[in-house]
Order: sequence, then structure tokens, then C-alpha cells
Amino acid sequence: MQWKHKDLLDISQLSAEEVRHVLATAAYFREINSRPVKKVPTLKGRSVVLFFAEASTRTKTSFDMAGKRLSADTFALAKSGSSLTKGETLKDTALTLQAMNPDGIVIRHASSGAAQFLAERLECSVINAGDGRHAHPTQALLDALTLSRRWNGDFAGKTVLILGDISHSRVARSNVLLLTKLGANVRLCGPRTLLPPRLDTWPVTVFSDVAKAAQGVDAVMCLRLQLERQQAGLLPGLREYARTFGLSPRHMALAAPGACVLHPGPINRGVEIDSPLADSAESLILEQVENGVAVRMALLYLYLTRKSPDAAQPGIPA
Amino acid sequence: MPENNKPQQVKKIDLAVRSALWLGPLKSQAKASNQKGSQPASPLGKMQQPKGQLVDVLVAKGRIVSVVPAGSLDVRAAREVDARGLLLLPSLTDAHTHLREPGQEYKEDIASGLSAAAHSGFSNIMCMANTRPVNDNASVTEFMLEQARKSWPPAVGVGPRLYPIGALTKGLKGQELASMADLTAAGCVAFSNDGRPMENTELMRRAMEYCQDLGRVVIDHCEDPFLAPAVGVNEGEVSSRLGLVGQPDIAEAIQAARDVLLAEYLGAPIHLAHISCEKSVAVIRAAKARGVDVTAETCPHYLTLTEDEVADYSANAKVNPPLRPRADVEALLDALADGTIDMLATDHAPHAAHEKEVEFDQAPCGISGLDTALATTWELVRTDKLPFDAFLRAWTSAPCQRFGLPLCSFAPGDPADFLLFDQDAAWTVSAETMKSKSKNTPLLGRTLRGRVVAHFLAGKSVLEI
Repeated sequence: MQWKHKDLLDISQLSAEEVRHVLATAAYFREINSRPVKKVPTLKGRSVVLFFAEASTRTKTSFDMAGKRLSADTFALAKSGSSLTKGETLKDTALTLQAMNPDGIVIRHASSGAAQFLAERLECSVINAGDGRHAHPTQALLDALTLSRRWNGDFAGKTVLILGDISHSRVARSNVLLLTKLGANVRLCGPRTLLPPRLDTWPVTVFSDVAKAAQGVDAVMCLRLQLERQQAGLLPGLREYARTFGLSPRHMALAAPGACVLHPGPINRGVEIDSPLADSAESLILEQVENGVAVRMALLYLYLTRKSPDAAQPGIPA
Repeated sequence: MPENNKPQQVKKIDLAVRSALWLGPLKSQAKASNQKGSQPASPLGKMQQPKGQLVDVLVAKGRIVSVVPAGSLDVRAAREVDARGLLLLPSLTDAHTHLREPGQEYKEDIASGLSAAAHSGFSNIMCMANTRPVNDNASVTEFMLEQARKSWPPAVGVGPRLYPIGALTKGLKGQELASMADLTAAGCVAFSNDGRPMENTELMRRAMEYCQDLGRVVIDHCEDPFLAPAVGVNEGEVSSRLGLVGQPDIAEAIQAARDVLLAEYLGAPIHLAHISCEKSVAVIRAAKARGVDVTAETCPHYLTLTEDEVADYSANAKVNPPLRPRADVEALLDALADGTIDMLATDHAPHAAHEKEVEFDQAPCGISGLDTALATTWELVRTDKLPFDAFLRAWTSAPCQRFGLPLCSFAPGDPADFLLFDQDAAWTVSAETMKSKSKNTPLLGRTLRGRVVAHFLAGKSVLEI
């Protein structure tokens, strides 16, 4: 498949066919990651800036590892070490980076729309590693890879419950788009104070009771509860939240046989998810992390070589 | 002043504008005058729009002498203007602008704002107090008025008139009343905390009482700051999808309800600024039915644009209150037509390009509105979404009467403030065509129809024609 997109801003840009192509490519790189020597020369000589203007450990490490395993040179730039703390605007930071001619910029930023803002101004590929509450497409793709492996690629008729703080979650927004694109049904459940407005315009079913929401689902995706939501007046307290909306084994007993649990991390044990459940056989949390590297390798490969199909390596899905 | 309305007795006519199309009534004319002027078909749509007639406007000493059917009076003027094919409109009044001077002249200054006003057909400009320093003391008001006078071209000697709005509270901080008697004496025509909501209802009450003694109307920017933790995008489908914190319409309507209840309780007047939603319209309609002394304005952008404008994180469409869904646009049009909303105002809020070219949530709110106001609202008349008489009232008599400003209604003796409008002239909104210093409008790049080709203030041309 000739990759036609310059940037990855959100799942809404991709067709179902393109999503499946990303997943197939990621499955190939996943195999490389299981080799003793986990490095291929595919992106040798290309450079990727990891511009993380918001705290991140796993996504940044995952992209860094993905780039290095493809032999790209990666350069990390954090907000605290950048000129953004000296009052430079995002536009000027972007233009400065552009002048250094990278092949791609991976951006994580606290403002919704920041990735699009960069993409409109830069010639290189921009990959959104999370912009505010808006989108986190690489997370949704790694979640899809994880579920695809569990379900042998068949999403049709499957039901996924996304549980917790939907309102502030870019993971939820991107997953709703991706899962429905692949044919799955999506349920959302969380306290009304943590649900976005106008959910009637989303392709989802909304629940306020976890036990009802979990009935017969094939997967549950827990979302991290940011602890500052309590101070913002959205919740009375964490104990009550854990009792009312924390995922526990009794909910999984209501789910379909073989149902699995996902979490984008980092987890608050005993808040949004029961601690033993996070470590149980149903939990795919660590496989998500593993798949994250493979998905990001696939994305860097597709976006950075889109103009040079000759970079294709034997074995990579065409 | 020509006290009588017999133009034959005026010795010298300074200006005659010939054969302009006028859609309103003729005030100087006997009811059964011979219709010597031709009767063109209505240039507008099927709504109950007037057909209009071709008229001559005669001006002496800065005042209207008479408006008569074209060719019905054989008088020569010192200056003759051929207005065939052009629409005659009285100059507009804008009860809500931000001209940024003093303090933020890189966005706009009084001269550039008044220049944009002149080119867009405005004769009266009211400017808000959120300058730096805030217009909360007489010296700032006096400075503004002086800057306005200096901006008028010496050769012409007139220009759009500036009417400052004083701060309701010191520094707009919402804690202590500003020196509003001083400000009134210096020339402030109304008072407002615009830009910062009045969250303290007790202080709002006292401000309204104090202003009533001064014969001034309080203009309130209706926004409950706690219900609107972020501004610039409507809480709804678009904000939900984009992951932006939206501002619900009830943040405006609840404050509007508070304000009309205060006005009713105190028997004091209140004017509600930039009404953007159906819920506020319902509040105002009910209050007017009870006889509350409330007036309200809305802005061209709330009548012509929806929340979809921000769907690409377009910071130029970020405005407070935010653009709303289509149903609100329709409700505002109905409310303007039936008089529930009295007037139009631009809420002209210029910002420099670099201030808008940032992350959406970091961008300041505001749309540069003077340059596009007339063309966008005339389009509503042309397309039958707004009756002509409502358009005329909203831009002229309603604000002038509410705030005591000079009004041209084309009656003999009225100030000769009027414009000639080419309703078919298409132009593209761009940095070059806009006279305001700031080009922050979601209409950039769009083609509008309708352009001011001549503008007379006190009978003198303030545009090159």
C-alpha cells in the first residue's frame, strides 16, 4: 500500500483498510522485536524528533525504542529543556525544529489540536503522541493490535467497554473512532461528571452502572483516573470512585467468556482497577506495552518512507 | 438648523445625492405626494421587504434638509453626487467595540478603529473600557476622546464619533465601583465590566443603582465564570469531539436571568451585550413581556456562523461567548426580527496575528468585526433571513435611542450621516481589504457582497469617492 498521509493526527484520517495495513505491518515488526538482535536498517540516516511538551514515560520510551530499532536517529526534546519555558511559542519552536530538517516529529502536548497546529506548519511528518483531550491515535492502534491478536483479527460483533474518565481522555476518543471503524460495538461508562457533552452524537452506548455495562462484553478498557479530578470538584473522593467505578473481578464475571482487560497506563492500583485483576490472566496490560513498540515502528516506517517505496524491506507487508 | 421642512426656503444646499434607492419611509414628504420617482421592483427577497423608491437627499450645514422622490425638486447643490444603482442607508451605530487604545495599540488604535468604522458605514462607535490602563477614570476617557478628534482628517473636519463606555468597577476587577460620576462628566455614555464577568451579584445591584442616578445604562457581559471555566468554544458536539472544554449556553442565560431580575427588582435599566443563544432570548422575551427595562444586542457572527467554524481548531473563530449551533442562530434571527433583541453590535475585538497563531486553548478570544459587519448582515436582508426594518432599527435607532447618540432618520434637521451602499459589489476579506489593524476573523479569504462606496458624516465625505 502506497502510504498517502503526511501526518498522523487522529484515527479519523484513516480508512479501515489503512488501519488493517498498520496492524499487519506492526505484526511484522513485532516479530523483529522477538529476535535476539532487534534492529533493522530500514530508517538508517533518517531522524526523528521526540517533542514531548507534556510528561510521558512510556510513550516517549516506546517511540524512542521504535525509532532506534529501525536505525533512525532519535532526538528527545522535553518542555522543561526547551525554549517553550523561555516563552517561545509553539510555532517558533516548530519552525526552529523544521530548520534542522528532521524527517518526522512526534509530539505530545497538553493542548487539544497542538499536533494539527504543527502539521499545518511543518513539511516533515507529524505524529500525534497525544494532544490534550483530543486524540492519541498510536495508543488506539496498539490497543487494536492487542485485541486483534486476541480475536484473530475479527472485531465484527465484538463489544468493548471503555470505563472511567471519558471526558478528559484522548485515549477514549481515539479508541471510539478506531473500534467502531473496525466493526466493534463500544460502550462507555463513568460518572456523569466525567463524561463529555453530547454523547448522543458519538457512536456509543452510555452506561452509568458498571455491572450493567460489563454484561457480555468482550473487553474492558480501563482509563486512568487523574487524581486532581477530586480537587476540581468532579468527584467526592477516590474511595467512593473505586467502589462505584473501579473494575473488579465481579464485573469480569458478568462479561463474555474469555473477556480481557486493557489499560493504557500508568495504572492507579485499587482506584480504577482492582490490583489483583491488573495482574491476572485476563489482563493484557503488559502486552499493550509490547505492542506499542511494534505499532510505533510500523507508523514511523509508513510515514517516513511514504515517498520512497524502495525503502521496503523483505518481509514487510507491501 | 432648518426648523421648517420647506426646502425651497433654504438658500444654499451644500450636498445633493441623486437617485439613491431608499427602502424606508420618507419623513419629510406629504403622504400623497406625486410619485415622480420611479418605483423599482424590490431588490430584496420575498419576505415582507419594502420595495423602496429612488430619492434625492439634500443636505445643508451638516443636516438633512429633505429627502424627496428623485427629481421632484429643482435645486442645485454645491456638490452633486450621482447615486444611481446605490442603496441609501443611514450611518450605523456600533454599541460594542474594543479599540485597544490606550495600551495595546499594536492590535488597534482609535485612529485605525475609526478608519475601519468610516469605511464600514459607522458614524457612532462605543468603545469598551478594557484598555490598559482601564477606562475607569476621567483622564483615560478624555484621552480617548482627544485621540478620536485627532484621527479625523483635518481637511474633512469630521469622522466617526467615539463614545467611550466607562468601567463599572475599578480596574474591571469586580470589587469596587469605578468613579462613574466623574466618568459621566468626562463623556462616558454607558458603563460595563465587559471582558470580565460581574460575578458578585450584590456589587452588580449597587452598580445598576448608581448608574441609574447618573442616567446611564449598565451593559452586562453575561457569563457565569464558574460555569465557563474555559471560553471560546460552545459546549456541545464540536467541543466534545475536539476534546476542548466548552462553554455551555446556560453560562450566559443564567447571568442574563439574574440581570433582568435585578433590573425588574430595582426598576433600573439593563443592556445585555453579545447575546449568543436561544436560552438567553427566552429570558429576555419573558422579561420584556413583564415590562422590564431590558435591551439586548447580538453580533453579526452569532447570526451568520456556527460552532462548526472551530472544527479545525481555528483560533480566528474563537470568541466569547462562543459560536453556537444552528438552532441558536435561527432563534437569534427570529428574536432580532421581532424586537426581542433590539440591536446589532460588532463586539469588534482585534488581536494581532501572532496572538492567534498559537494552540487553540492559548489563543485570546475575539473577532475583528467592523470591516465585515455591514456586508454580512446585509446578506441576511438580501436572503430574506432578516426584515429590512429590523436591520435598520438594529444598526441605527435602537442603539442611538438606548444610549442617547445622534441618529439620522432622514427627517429634516437630522445629522446628515448616511452612506451609499453597492449591494452587489463582491469583495474578498483579506489583510489588504480590511482597514482594522487586526485581521482576526474566520471570514478571511471568503467573498462577501456589499460595499460602502460613499459615507457622509455631517454631510461631508469621510471616504474618497
